[in-house]
Amino acid sequence: MNLTLLILIPLLTAVLILLAKGLQQIRVIGLAGAVAQLGLAGWLLKSFLAARGAGNNATYLFESNQIWFKALNINYHIGIDGIALAMILLTSVIVVAGILVSWSMEKLSKEYFFLLVLLSMGAYGFFISLDLFTLFFFLEVAVIPKFLLIGIWGSGDKTKSAMKLALMLMAGSALVMVGLFGVYYNTHTFDIVQITQQGIPAGVQKFFFPFAFLGFGVFAALFPFHTWVPDGHASAPTAASMFLAGISMKLGGYGCLRIAALMPDAAHTYSWIIILLATIAIIYGAFATMMQTDLKYINAYSSISHCGFVILGIGMLNKTSMNGAVIQMVSHGLMTALFFAAIGMIYSRTHTRMVAQLGGLLKAMPFISTVFVIAGLCSLGLPGFSGFVAEMTVFMGSWQNPDGAYRLATILSGASIVVTAVYILRATGRAIMGPISAEYALLSDATWNEKLAAILLIAGILVIGLAPFLINHLIMPSTDAIILQMGKVNILK
Amino acid sequence: MNYNILIQLRQELALTVLIFLLLFIKLGKDRSNESILNFVNAALLVNLVAGFCCQETGALFNGMFNTNTLIVFEKGLLNLAALIISMQSYAWLKHNKNVIEFYLLTLTSLLGMFFMISSGNLLMFYLGLEMSTIPLAAAANFDLTKRKSSEAAMKLILSSAFSSAILLLGISFLYGTTGTLTFSILTAHINGNPLQLFAFILLIAGFAFKISAAPFHLWTADVYEGSPVAVTSFLSVISKAAVLFTLVNILYKVFTPIANTWYWVLIVLAAATILIGNLFAIRQDNFKRFLAFSSIAQVGFILIGISGSSQAGTASLIYFVLIYIFSNLAAFGVVSVVSALTGKENISDFKGFYKTNPMLSWVLTIALFSLAGVPPTAGFFGKLFLMLAGAAKGNYGIIIFAALNMVISFYYYLRVVKAIFMDEHATPIEKIAVPAVSKLAMYICVLGVILTGLASVVYDYIQSISFGL
Repeated sequence: MNLTLLILIPLLTAVLILLAKGLQQIRVIGLAGAVAQLGLAGWLLKSFLAARGAGNNATYLFESNQIWFKALNINYHIGIDGIALAMILLTSVIVVAGILVSWSMEKLSKEYFFLLVLLSMGAYGFFISLDLFTLFFFLEVAVIPKFLLIGIWGSGDKTKSAMKLALMLMAGSALVMVGLFGVYYNTHTFDIVQITQQGIPAGVQKFFFPFAFLGFGVFAALFPFHTWVPDGHASAPTAASMFLAGISMKLGGYGCLRIAALMPDAAHTYSWIIILLATIAIIYGAFATMMQTDLKYINAYSSISHCGFVILGIGMLNKTSMNGAVIQMVSHGLMTALFFAAIGMIYSRTHTRMVAQLGGLLKAMPFISTVFVIAGLCSLGLPGFSGFVAEMTVFMGSWQNPDGAYRLATILSGASIVVTAVYILRATGRAIMGPISAEYALLSDATWNEKLAAILLIAGILVIGLAPFLINHLIMPSTDAIILQMGKVNILK
Repeated sequence: MNYNILIQLRQELALTVLIFLLLFIKLGKDRSNESILNFVNAALLVNLVAGFCCQETGALFNGMFNTNTLIVFEKGLLNLAALIISMQSYAWLKHNKNVIEFYLLTLTSLLGMFFMISSGNLLMFYLGLEMSTIPLAAAANFDLTKRKSSEAAMKLILSSAFSSAILLLGISFLYGTTGTLTFSILTAHINGNPLQLFAFILLIAGFAFKISAAPFHLWTADVYEGSPVAVTSFLSVISKAAVLFTLVNILYKVFTPIANTWYWVLIVLAAATILIGNLFAIRQDNFKRFLAFSSIAQVGFILIGISGSSQAGTASLIYFVLIYIFSNLAAFGVVSVVSALTGKENISDFKGFYKTNPMLSWVLTIALFSLAGVPPTAGFFGKLFLMLAGAAKGNYGIIIFAALNMVISFYYYLRVVKAIFMDEHATPIEKIAVPAVSKLAMYICVLGVILTGLASVVYDYIQSISFGL
């Protein structure tokens, strides 16, 4: 199984898109590429589980290590564990959905689909990297498409939002870069596997952990670096919002997780700061959402709150909470992509995203409204949907931490769910229920492509929500390994 | 007869022959500009390729002139840049009466740089430096009808003369304290006594003038703005690269005993240069001024790489210069074509540029991303390797500083991208018919920007021929 295919397929798709003529060809190529990638991810899952079933307990499977820059000891080292695979599956689902909802994009369609595919390529490369240099490379590859997607195809104050997002993410990656350099100069390698084996001196960890962790934290909308999220998401075109919240913010969460695993001493030392920031993000995000009147802003701010759970789970540093963090990443990715898709569908028909101006949409567009309600219910953590499983796992994990302050953080974060329920139910009630105004009564329901995209995402949400053991089965060995490794280093010191 | 001298001097001799050929063409009957340009471009291509054949290491004239694989490669880079600039200036030179003079001046300057890079003696170095500067000042005045052009030439010649004087003073002090001007003997006599340190500071100041490191950068923006685009790109790429190659040679090979001193000098210069370049670049509207300040900031990053004083330091410098040639010349190429055919040189004129000129827009965008250091372009690798080399001494402060400055630089590069793709303009620049030669040059640059980074063979090769402290 060659993981490089995960990069090559998007690359090929992107090149073909450049050569294609006409909207029809472009979107068919884009969809074909995305579906092929989804198929590949599915096949990857099958062979991964088969290999695990056959007793292959190596931390990373399908490893391949090729020298890239020999003199600098930089290698193209790739491989996946259960966490990375979960992220790859998430990405491939969202890419297919994102391309489907962009089906009728007519403005500069070639460039649009090209950038979408390029963005996804960066994400895939990021998730399969086992070398920090490659990881960083792909992290930055994904930044520029975001800038252009928002700036060219966005709405509202798009150039300002695009600039803000690009600069903040660039600042995040500059921090990451400093952290990685520090690691490199004290271990003489960028290789994650090697670094894990040989360990990093505790002093180095303490100095460079904040850079790397906060750097990734910017991507994951960690308070106080979350300010790019609302404007960026609100201004972006639908598919770009889905990619941003569904994939791009996960790059940050995944990076934070890897950094915590690489520098366990520092992670333990700074764990209280991480938890503090995460708790603030959760509560602040939830309350800020209450004040929003624009659907996209509602979802963007709630993303800050939800991504706070990811960081909280990582910061608690135990098996269950780590598991919860990963599930929350996948769950939030699917849910928020679904939410943005629904908002995009509504906006393309009503030309407004203001909750107050909407109403009674269920009567005119039952399918879209149902999708909206499902996304909302998942967001507020209704059992049966993925949001419940994810948040529940995070809470269970963080409650295991007996320290009083940690308990308090858990309780406060748990309480935020009430706030979530308030804003979700209010928005749903206003926009979906109630009497419909005459101008919206004749609007059409979802088209086939929109339906397909929504069904795909809902399927993902339901699979996690109804059969959480499936994803647990996939990621648990990997999170166990990480926690075990972190503990080992701790005992050694 | 000893052919060795011919082989070791082949790159210089080739240029000399070309210069004389051009002189004869000038004296002969009138030829069309197209044929002259085609001939020169072909000759420069031959010159570039021929330079790489028959590698020979050795020294001539009692060690005045050195050559080895690295030096040949460095000269090859300059030849490449000269070729690309010549191809990109096609549209501008096609209607210029004095096309031959342009080449006479720039090629003579290039020849001077070759001698400077090869120099093994401070006198030879000074000779090469002067030979490279004076023709450039004349070339800066090439737009005879524009006042700004002659102003630029005046500024260039005055500031160059000033910096040369400082340099000479430093050289004389050095001679006074050591009694020699030959690099290999000098090293043994350098012991860091106050007069030597003073001489060193004067020398560094002279170098800083030439590479426009802050606080010696003040001439840069005005000269770049006033000169014709071709001369500006020549100044910002070739002339800088040549002085940087020489600087690293002198620092690593001559001032070895006081490495700790110059390390801090470089760090301070680098920090100031990056910051000032970045801050001034933010507010520029004229494209050439913008690129001038951006190139100042780039030099700051290069100085960080040099400060690493290792083999990786030299390698990352040369690697970055190669990438810088591709990315900066791609940007200048677009500006050059646009300026030659429409006369517009401001960033605000480029609003809505993508609607009318998608190809040029992409070339410019890719070039700017490479200058900003965004993957997958080569600029990402170049900047990262410079910083990796610079961090080798454990000075993480400068790395943090540089990383933050990369974000600032990102802002102003994105500002241009924003103008091209996102802003509206009532009358955007109309569709431009790019001459085939210039188009080819742009494609070469873009290809270089993409491949130089991803294909690690380039870096590996450069590293294998580099030297450390």
